[in-house]
Amino acid sequence: MRKLIVWLVLLTPAFASAQVLDIEVTGIAQPTPVAIVPFGWEGSGQAAPMNISTVITADLRRSGRFDPVSEERMLQKPTDGEDVDFQDWGFVGVEAVVVGKVIQTADNQFTLQFQLFDVVGRRQLLGYRMPRVTRAMMRGAAHRAADMIYEKLTGIQGVFSTQVAYVTAKQQGDGLLYSLVVADHDGFNQHTIMESTDPIMSPAWSPDSRQLAYVSFEGDRSSIWVQTLRTGNRFRVSSKPGINGAPSFSPDGRQLVITLGGVDGNPDIFVLDINARTTTRLTTHRAIDTEGSWSPDGRHIYFTSDRSGGPQIYRVPVTGGTPERVTFEGSYNARPRLSPDGKKLAVVHNDRGNFRIAVMDLERKDLLVLSRGRQDESPSFAPNSDSLIYATRQGRDGVLETVSADGLIRQKMAARAGGDVREPVWSPFPRF
Amino acid sequence: MSNLKLVSFAALVLLLAGCSQNTLPDPDPTDTTYGADDSMTGTSGMDGTDPFGGEEFGDDLTAGELGMVIYFEFDSSEIRAEDQDLVARHAMQLGNSPGARVRLEGHADERGSREYNIGLGERRAQAVRRILMIQGIPSDQISTVSFGEERPVAFGSSESDYAQNRRVEFKYTN
Repeated sequence: MRKLIVWLVLLTPAFASAQVLDIEVTGIAQPTPVAIVPFGWEGSGQAAPMNISTVITADLRRSGRFDPVSEERMLQKPTDGEDVDFQDWGFVGVEAVVVGKVIQTADNQFTLQFQLFDVVGRRQLLGYRMPRVTRAMMRGAAHRAADMIYEKLTGIQGVFSTQVAYVTAKQQGDGLLYSLVVADHDGFNQHTIMESTDPIMSPAWSPDSRQLAYVSFEGDRSSIWVQTLRTGNRFRVSSKPGINGAPSFSPDGRQLVITLGGVDGNPDIFVLDINARTTTRLTTHRAIDTEGSWSPDGRHIYFTSDRSGGPQIYRVPVTGGTPERVTFEGSYNARPRLSPDGKKLAVVHNDRGNFRIAVMDLERKDLLVLSRGRQDESPSFAPNSDSLIYATRQGRDGVLETVSADGLIRQKMAARAGGDVREPVWSPFPRF
Repeated sequence: MSNLKLVSFAALVLLLAGCSQNTLPDPDPTDTTYGADDSMTGTSGMDGTDPFGGEEFGDDLTAGELGMVIYFEFDSSEIRAEDQDLVARHAMQLGNSPGARVRLEGHADERGSREYNIGLGERRAQAVRRILMIQGIPSDQISTVSFGEERPVAFGSSESDYAQNRRVEFKYTN
């Protein structure tokens, strides 16, 4: 029976709803006090098309590394760097201050400019002007400014301009309606790109962030699809008998590592050339081999296998060879994902009966359990390797959480009305 | 499950099938040679019926509604003893109607990783498929699909919810 499948692109109204709720900072991390002064406005009408300082403030606060002071505590509200009084900001107790303004230069063209100052050193750290911002780009421009400020202050590239893809499932009639959703990193701008009454699973970003690969069970059998976000065009890249699962792009975007089960149902790891549609087998074991994931240098495939009894992580050269076991700690390690810097491996780990997200330092080989739920799953690294997003349970529903790779900063994204949210995957850095 | 176990299981099924033919024993012939109870032989002799005639009941593999789901232990794809008759009845049904097709849908509980659970669901569906094939059902009458933990029937997170979700469903198409 064919079931209705709809995929929508860019139809959901922008700024649908804010998603982030509590941010919890644990351990020794002490957020740095900063001030983001309300931005000035030079143009027609009462106010700028968007409150830029609010977006930057929310981004920096959400990182867990900064504590932006409230507007009431500001002794002055300059919009130009030359009006900043370092002594005043010293009294307020902030270490850095951001000032800026939006200048209208045409009906739908604006200049966004801002400056970042070191209050203690009494000097400018950064000054930047974006002269061709439209209304539709305004929120993205604010995220870009937050990225630049964050990188200047921490030395770590910001991820405020990235996106997250995830799957939701909500009750519809007798069954579930599954949706594949793409949203900004802060939960705004949600777009449903695919909807089906059959399960959708395992979304994976292409390295250029323009496409998602995923598994769909439309027609009650599994198949792997690649969909271009901008156009909504999608094509089926694998629909062999049995399992077609667990796609993950190669660093050059030309290949997918996938799981094929065949008629006899023995899942093994294969590499699929997306254009030629040819597959190359990498494993031949009678165990479950699945969840392949490329190392960032493109040389190895990490995967889950229960060839030793329970699931553990192994790796095999992309050119083929004998798999080598990677994890030894605990009875259950699955769903390997490497940090983009290649230094860490995130897994789903059975921690005394609870399934939790753990990160293994590939050099030191030690495993650090980062999450605290009973049924946490689908870890995915931020493109700066500094934090991860994963799904956890809140009551019966899945919700998303992020945690810093050192485990000190954890935050929960708000539960969405009537839906189970699962399988978050963090996009690569956008290519401007 | 080992092949050895499968063979002994098949033998057990045949044995049970054999027993069910004889649920009521035939009358012992010595009862009639001792003669002389007129009231008894008279009534039975008049209409020519067997006084011990009746019908079969009990452990009949074709009786009752055929269950369409079997359940599994945690992290196991072994068919439980109480489900083996049910699988045998499906084999019988498929053997009797070569045009019938069955799709075995394997499922897992929500614990652990989703794609690994797809593998576990498939392993369960394949365990059932192997038994059907050992009992002579050709492979083209059987297909498998695993939905892993994606299509739960129980939505909670208790052990009883998990137990209901670790299953293989028989779906017939003709």
